[in-house]
Amino acid sequence: MTESIHTLQEFMLQTKGIIYILAIGYLIGFTCFWKFLHRRGNKEDVPAE
Amino acid sequence: MTTENTTAPVAIKRPLLTPFNVIAGIIILIGLPLTYLRFTGGLGAVSNLDNNNPWGFWIGFDLLTGVALAAGGYVTAAAVELFGKKEYHSAVRPAILTGFLGYSLVVFALLYDVGRPWRLPYPFFVSQGVTSIMFEVGACVALYLTVLFLEFSPAALEWLGAKKLRRVVVRLTIGLTILGVVLSTLHQSSLGAMYLIAPSKLHPLWYSPYLPIFFFVSSIAAGLSMVIFEGSLSYRNFSDIMDEDHRKNRNRVVLGFGKAASLVLAGYFAIKVFGVALGNHWHLLSTPYGLWFLVEMIGFILLPCFAYAIGVRDRNVKLIRWTALWTVLGIVLNRLNITLFTFNWQLPADQRYSPHWMEIGISVFVVTIGVVVFKFIVTHMPIFYEHPDYKEAH
Amino acid sequence: MSTSRRKFLQWMVAAGAGSTVVKSASAHEHFKGYPDSYGVLHDTTLCIGCRSCEKACNEVNDLPAPDKPFDDTSVLETKRRTDAKSYTVVNKYDVGEYAKGPVFRKFQCNHCLEPACASACFVGAFTKTPEGAVSYDASVCVGCRYCIIACPFDVPTYEYDEALTPRVMKCTLCEPRLKEGKLPGCVEACPMEALTFGKREDLITIARERIRKYPNRYIDHIYGEHEMGGTSWMYITGAPFEKLDMRTDLGVTPAPELTSGALSLVPMVIGVWPVLLGGLYVISKRKERMAHDEKTSAVKEAIDQTQADADAKLKAAMEKARKEKETAVEKAVTKALADAEKERGKEDK
Repeated sequence: MTESIHTLQEFMLQTKGIIYILAIGYLIGFTCFWKFLHRRGNKEDVPAE
Repeated sequence: MTTENTTAPVAIKRPLLTPFNVIAGIIILIGLPLTYLRFTGGLGAVSNLDNNNPWGFWIGFDLLTGVALAAGGYVTAAAVELFGKKEYHSAVRPAILTGFLGYSLVVFALLYDVGRPWRLPYPFFVSQGVTSIMFEVGACVALYLTVLFLEFSPAALEWLGAKKLRRVVVRLTIGLTILGVVLSTLHQSSLGAMYLIAPSKLHPLWYSPYLPIFFFVSSIAAGLSMVIFEGSLSYRNFSDIMDEDHRKNRNRVVLGFGKAASLVLAGYFAIKVFGVALGNHWHLLSTPYGLWFLVEMIGFILLPCFAYAIGVRDRNVKLIRWTALWTVLGIVLNRLNITLFTFNWQLPADQRYSPHWMEIGISVFVVTIGVVVFKFIVTHMPIFYEHPDYKEAH
Repeated sequence: MSTSRRKFLQWMVAAGAGSTVVKSASAHEHFKGYPDSYGVLHDTTLCIGCRSCEKACNEVNDLPAPDKPFDDTSVLETKRRTDAKSYTVVNKYDVGEYAKGPVFRKFQCNHCLEPACASACFVGAFTKTPEGAVSYDASVCVGCRYCIIACPFDVPTYEYDEALTPRVMKCTLCEPRLKEGKLPGCVEACPMEALTFGKREDLITIARERIRKYPNRYIDHIYGEHEMGGTSWMYITGAPFEKLDMRTDLGVTPAPELTSGALSLVPMVIGVWPVLLGGLYVISKRKERMAHDEKTSAVKEAIDQTQADADAKLKAAMEKARKEKETAVEKAVTKALADAEKERGKEDK
């Protein structure tokens, strides 16, 4: 399925549409990643050299 | 309009027939028939909008100015929650409340302006016009209104005594604040970006590829100034219900926000000059529009910037308060310049737009509703004081 | 509506898989518009201002009857623009030395190749069809009138007197008639062949040919070939276009490009802001904790210091007391010894 794009308007309609969906996905993903990052693992405190 | 004092749990009882209540009542009584006229006779019946001037006072004042002046919410929340300026904590709730009410009123006013208001959800649920800057504005305003509602809700939940639900919402504070700043950055700037598509209609001194950045930066100055300005109005009217923390930190907020506003205005002035330089529009400065541009630039950006600076250096709280009002008027002027005064500047004078009194009447009606609701909320919910059951260590 | 929903699903799939479902094209491509799309060439040197096109337009589009009949040419004395009751108007211009008599110009939607209205519409009510028309779908229109703000040619109009179902009104290039194989109403009605319908590429060739053949009759420019990225409706005239109220300062940038930069910043703000603000939050939080730690350690130190001071003082006091005691004892002993000596001396005497 390779329809071609003839107008800039059509091109933007497609790319901006995909971007909005990716952006929403990123915001959700970022929240989860933030939580993952700030949860302590097994190790406590800064390891001594 | 007259019921706001009947069920006040707060100890203070206010008289019913105050000048405020009478005037608000009259304005609302005038607003109702205007509303009827709008929804039976169409836009033509109540406005001077026409095919050359499809956007008028409602878009210029209610939407563009309203959103800019409601920026205090994200600015204050970011300062306190993200940048760690805990000393301004007492300013957060009033700022969030005015932000929430401001955005609600913007949407309410849009119901008059758009042709088929019940279709306002269409861009999201029926047909997504993602190439439009307005799609982005709409999406961000809708989401941000939700964010503001959640940020405001702890006050309402304390009032209602819903402790569990309140605790859930309070835990979201940081996430909501970050999301609020992201959404505000986007739509504050995009309100300017909406005019990017009309370079042939907006005067070149006001048109710039950097319009979105001008709008975003000026919204910060507007937000800071509105917090100062509203703070002094609130103190005049509601000092009897403010708690110790609020009174004690009042002037500290004024000084801190005044300093920030001075800085932001300095940067804003500079980037506006850069805009003129990049467009090579120097020669236009000597035209009548150019002089008007200089009035805005010097009279409403540069001078308030210095007035703020002097006020902060001399610890002159009174000067800072008046400068806040001055800056707010400057932002109003900028938004009206772009939407009304210099839009369609090439059209002959008889085809230019000036608002119908009914357009202004409806705007006044909308603002009045906002003030009445604000009064109801601050006299009922813990906005200017901390609820005794929820005292926290900040 | 169904097309937009399908589009939305397509984006969803594309966002998820980045697959071949999306139409391929790169951002650097120069989009030339739909091949073989139709347009109209308006040759103002042939127009006599008879308003037949206005009449035909009114009829084929079922628009309300005008205030003055179409054969009344006195309306040409005032400059008119399109409105909700007329998709096209003809105006009369005095162009001085460029023509012997007045020049007439027909005005309607130019059906841009990259329509500003379509770019501006937040419900996608406007579409550039492969046939050439910029079509409008009232069934999704919210009535925000941003299209009217956006249009550089001041074309779209609005039903300001409609209370609940106002529409945007503009020329449709007679899209329904084209589908039936008919010509647009105005083109069919023109008695002077001032309007030529055809494939856009052919029209450009025809216009060039006319300008080449009659260089004294025409200005050497096809208005609409490149203006705002090009339009399907094009004009050739004998007088400079400004004299006919046509803007020559619009440039050749297609409308969607004016906002594409700002729109591209949206995902960047969404991407970078949370990282930046989250970082600032972490820093301020850490500062706060360090300040707190510092404060507590300072307090502790102060307490320790006072404790130490107190200990030292006590020790000193005790030392002093001990010494005093010692000297006292010593003194007492010496005194006692001396006394004892005296006593003994007395006894000896």
